[in-house]
Amino acid sequence: MPSILRPQSFPPYLYPMLQSILFLLLLVAAFGLFTWQVRKIRANILVGRDRDMSGHAAERFRKTLLVAFGQQKMFKRMTPALLHLVVYVGFLVINIEVIEIVIDGLFGNIFGFHRALKFLGPVYDALMATNEILGALVIIAVAAFWWRRNRNPPVKRLSGVELRAWPKLDANIILYIEVALMAALFFMNTADLKLHQMEGVDLPGTFPISNLLVGLLPSDVATLHVLERLGWWIHITGIFLFLNYLPSSKHFHIILAFPNVWYSRLVPQGQFSNVESITNEVKAMMDPSFVVPPAPTAPDGSALAPTPFGAKDVEDLPWTNLLNAYSCTECGRCTSVCPANLTGKLLSPRKIIMDTRDRMEEKYESPLIFRPNVYGPEAKHEPVTDLIEATLLRGKVTPEELWACTTCNACVESCPVNINPLESIIEMRRFLVLEESAAPNSLNVMFSNIENNGAPWAFSPSDRFNWADDLFAAEKSAATVA
Amino acid sequence: MTPEAPTKKQINVPVMADLAARNESPEILFWVGCAGAFDDRYKRVTRAFVRILDHVGTKYAVLGLEESCTGDPAKRAGNEFLFQMQAMQNITTLNGYGIKKIVTACPHCFNTIKNEYPALGGDYEVIHHSTYLQQLINEGKVGVTGGESFKGRRITFHDSCYLGRANNIYEAPRDVLAALDADLVEMKRSRANGLCCGAGGAQMWKEPEPGKKDINIERTEEALATLSGKADALANLGGVETETSTPATHDLQGSIIAVGCPFCMTMMSDGVKNKEQESKVQVFDLAELVASAEGINA
Repeated sequence: MPSILRPQSFPPYLYPMLQSILFLLLLVAAFGLFTWQVRKIRANILVGRDRDMSGHAAERFRKTLLVAFGQQKMFKRMTPALLHLVVYVGFLVINIEVIEIVIDGLFGNIFGFHRALKFLGPVYDALMATNEILGALVIIAVAAFWWRRNRNPPVKRLSGVELRAWPKLDANIILYIEVALMAALFFMNTADLKLHQMEGVDLPGTFPISNLLVGLLPSDVATLHVLERLGWWIHITGIFLFLNYLPSSKHFHIILAFPNVWYSRLVPQGQFSNVESITNEVKAMMDPSFVVPPAPTAPDGSALAPTPFGAKDVEDLPWTNLLNAYSCTECGRCTSVCPANLTGKLLSPRKIIMDTRDRMEEKYESPLIFRPNVYGPEAKHEPVTDLIEATLLRGKVTPEELWACTTCNACVESCPVNINPLESIIEMRRFLVLEESAAPNSLNVMFSNIENNGAPWAFSPSDRFNWADDLFAAEKSAATVA
Repeated sequence: MTPEAPTKKQINVPVMADLAARNESPEILFWVGCAGAFDDRYKRVTRAFVRILDHVGTKYAVLGLEESCTGDPAKRAGNEFLFQMQAMQNITTLNGYGIKKIVTACPHCFNTIKNEYPALGGDYEVIHHSTYLQQLINEGKVGVTGGESFKGRRITFHDSCYLGRANNIYEAPRDVLAALDADLVEMKRSRANGLCCGAGGAQMWKEPEPGKKDINIERTEEALATLSGKADALANLGGVETETSTPATHDLQGSIIAVGCPFCMTMMSDGVKNKEQESKVQVFDLAELVASAEGINA
């Protein structure tokens, strides 16, 4: 009696050769489209200002290992850290099965094999069992994530002016896709398992969850074949769709978190960047013999347009800050610890990072989906519609937000992937002050006090040493001196 | 026999220019900072710290009238030009005297000179006074005895952003306080999770943006709740609701909020006054506590 099972081959009504060709086309299309999108994002990041981040490989490697792979900073908050860990490990391990799916899809149908990695024997058993348990845990974790986000009221940091419309939908789409992928995986395994059980043949691998589900499927061989194929195709097509959804989504952090942590600033958090062009000017002012180095020129020797002090738009920010924007998964830990935001001010570090990404895609390249954020009246911000006028500063981020920052570094400290919102804030403050003289008046008073009195207050410099007048100390007798 | 009244001695603070004229160089330069020089409240901290320097016999000096703002508030506010003007002026002064080691009681001056002056040609060993005090205590040069006793008094330390997150100094101020044998209590938001007092980033010189609350009030409420033993009741810190109806387990009388930064000092003192607790709770800098415990404050 001919077996109903592969390795012989699919029943002819499932067109094995056609399936292989279809799969090959899909694979090429998915990776082609993904590459096309990634190149656009790379181009966006590279519009940023040059910043040399080479060197310190050992330290960067250690940081990447701890913070990115090891999720060190996630574990400041235990509940989300554990839920996230399940999905993260699930993603890593279940992707091993994707390798098998690709091999099966390309060659299995034609050459009549199935589950290409089964030669691993007991390792394969363990791998499949781990996958199934992780798959089930992922569904539970994703359900918890959904609840934290969609209950009323949601977890505080999962709401806010910047988390409406598309960003809110995006967060849920990711969760739905993850559940759909896991469901398809179980569908495929359960149908496969049932086919084998009906034939009395062992299916390679151990499937603790699918074993519980076999009873739910019909016992008709042709139907089971179709269901197994359906599960297989939905799973892999879903993965390809998800892959091409990533560049439009906050979920892109699963890739960019790693380079973003690699390119972290390695200096103390209190050290703000030095503006070298200003250093040259100040040196020239203080020392007439100082020769200002020539301004950089274009490769053909022509003069480059002068770059402004600070940042008005995305191309004025260092490229690392633009990489930051694409690595952000909008978790809101930064905003939840921001003293300005906590006390009801407009400033939200997360919004500034999201605005940066929106602005890059509005002005430069955009992946498949581009839905810039729309803010409600609580953001107190009239949207600027003209694309040239709608620069990052003022078009999206208002001076009121920037001036509320205490530069306390809480946002920087809290970010699980080492994003630095403070740097962008300071760059925009520099533009406001140095290019537009648009500091709040009280700060202008402080500036002129420093210029005139050498102190931020209006005290006479000649009084600077008065504190030492009539300074007495109690003399300790020898007995009490320790 | 009646106890002798403590004798007082006058301290003539050595000025760098005088030392240089005598061809002498100090072991450390004490960078006073603008708040330390002009702010009435922080002048007391400066004087307390000088008493300690004098007491332990360190060869120190100050720049006196030659000191000028490090440029920190200008830089945080975005005025890089003014910052660099100030920085280069100070670096010229410091390098002219061949200064190698600087101690300062201001985390903002500390951060700026330590981290931002090197790129402009100013390389010094820079120490915050909390670290310096810790060293003096560890070396036994200051015994923290003979003066006021802090035994059993409740003290909570408010981390300054520019000392803590900016430069990872969390333990030195706590070690200094531990030497006082006081009852140290930690706020829920402390160390790397410490909440800003609201003054950093040049906020000290401007009105806050519109909001629901001032940052120093939020922080002071947390400090007071911690000192009175209600801290566990502050379940949802970071709302605007830090007030609770939970009964206090400790009387606030005699409690202390310890700071290591002139701006935190102003913000927390204002917060305590706003909460009308200034008759019970005092805000002190580490140097003041050490000098009091050592019995050298006059």
